[in-house]
Amino acid sequence: MQPEGNWLLRAPSLRAKQVLLAKIQDEAGHGLYLYSVAETLGISRAEMVEQLHNQEAKYSSIFNYPTLTWADMGAVGWLVDGAAIVNQVSLQRTSYGPYSRGMVRICKEESFHQRQGYEIMVQMAFGTPEQKEMAQDALNRFWEPALMMFGPHDADSVHKNQSMDWKIKRESNDHLRQRFIDRTVPQAEYLGLTIPDVNLKLDPSTGSYTHSPFNWDEFWNVVNGNGPCNQERLDHHKKAHYDNAWVREAAAAYAEKVETSVA
Amino acid sequence: MESGVKVWEVFVQKKSGLPFKHVGSCHGYDKKMAIQNARDLYTRRGEGRELWVVESNAIVSVPLDEADAFFDPGEDKIYRHATFYKIPEGVNHL
Repeated sequence: MQPEGNWLLRAPSLRAKQVLLAKIQDEAGHGLYLYSVAETLGISRAEMVEQLHNQEAKYSSIFNYPTLTWADMGAVGWLVDGAAIVNQVSLQRTSYGPYSRGMVRICKEESFHQRQGYEIMVQMAFGTPEQKEMAQDALNRFWEPALMMFGPHDADSVHKNQSMDWKIKRESNDHLRQRFIDRTVPQAEYLGLTIPDVNLKLDPSTGSYTHSPFNWDEFWNVVNGNGPCNQERLDHHKKAHYDNAWVREAAAAYAEKVETSVA
Repeated sequence: MESGVKVWEVFVQKKSGLPFKHVGSCHGYDKKMAIQNARDLYTRRGEGRELWVVESNAIVSVPLDEADAFFDPGEDKIYRHATFYKIPEGVNHL
């Protein structure tokens, strides 16, 4: 939600602002669903926040890319939330009950996000030539990062075997990535935009698109903390956490007072 | 470390007359904050018409490794089931 937060005060209309605000609220909710799921396994949220700040815990590499124009709000909703949905739909069948129930809720909400993103892309792609250029630029910058959201190649996926054996994960990274590509290419065609991969071609025998090899160095670079915004995102999270410590202290003091009061 | 914040289990009733269903948990420092957080987290799209929050610590449960022994008395009393009894042929509505 930090990438979207950048555009909240610069949204081009009241409607766009309302929608973006609702989306950000959903994204905060998705974070909380997942923290709650992890808590059922015995770790506290405070410990997890500490791990995030110490960089012991990882988060999705996609949040480390900047959102430079309003068209990025379209690309993020369309591609980033679109990729997330492909992954999360599959995870609705995960073997861990609380995780599965969280994913069911998340999927219901993500489809609103993807549609609002695509609506922005339609407005930009069919707008002025400058707007169309912005839409193309956003697609150029978010295409590969969105594909990277599915994680490393199956052959390099460290946790794959155990997660698949335990049915925590139901489908492989490469399988899900291909599904996302196959769904998204026709959506880009409708917009009249070009996916930034000269080797993207429909293979009529499989109905799937073939593509160029990915830049995995870029992926590992971002995962290991050296993406364009890693430091900024983490600093912002820490600042918000520490600046608001007084709110948590006040809430704790108030709770103690109301609970011990006789009236 | 955080102090004073509690985990609450959240139950939502979809419509009047339906049972309350556990949907997950939320955080809150006191009851009022807990039920407002539960509303914001679990009922943003008309998912419920009533909400309960219960402190997670207040829930009593059977430890998983004791469950077999705990539920054992219910296992072997087959005469508690209607199928245990033989009813003469031709007798109906039993």
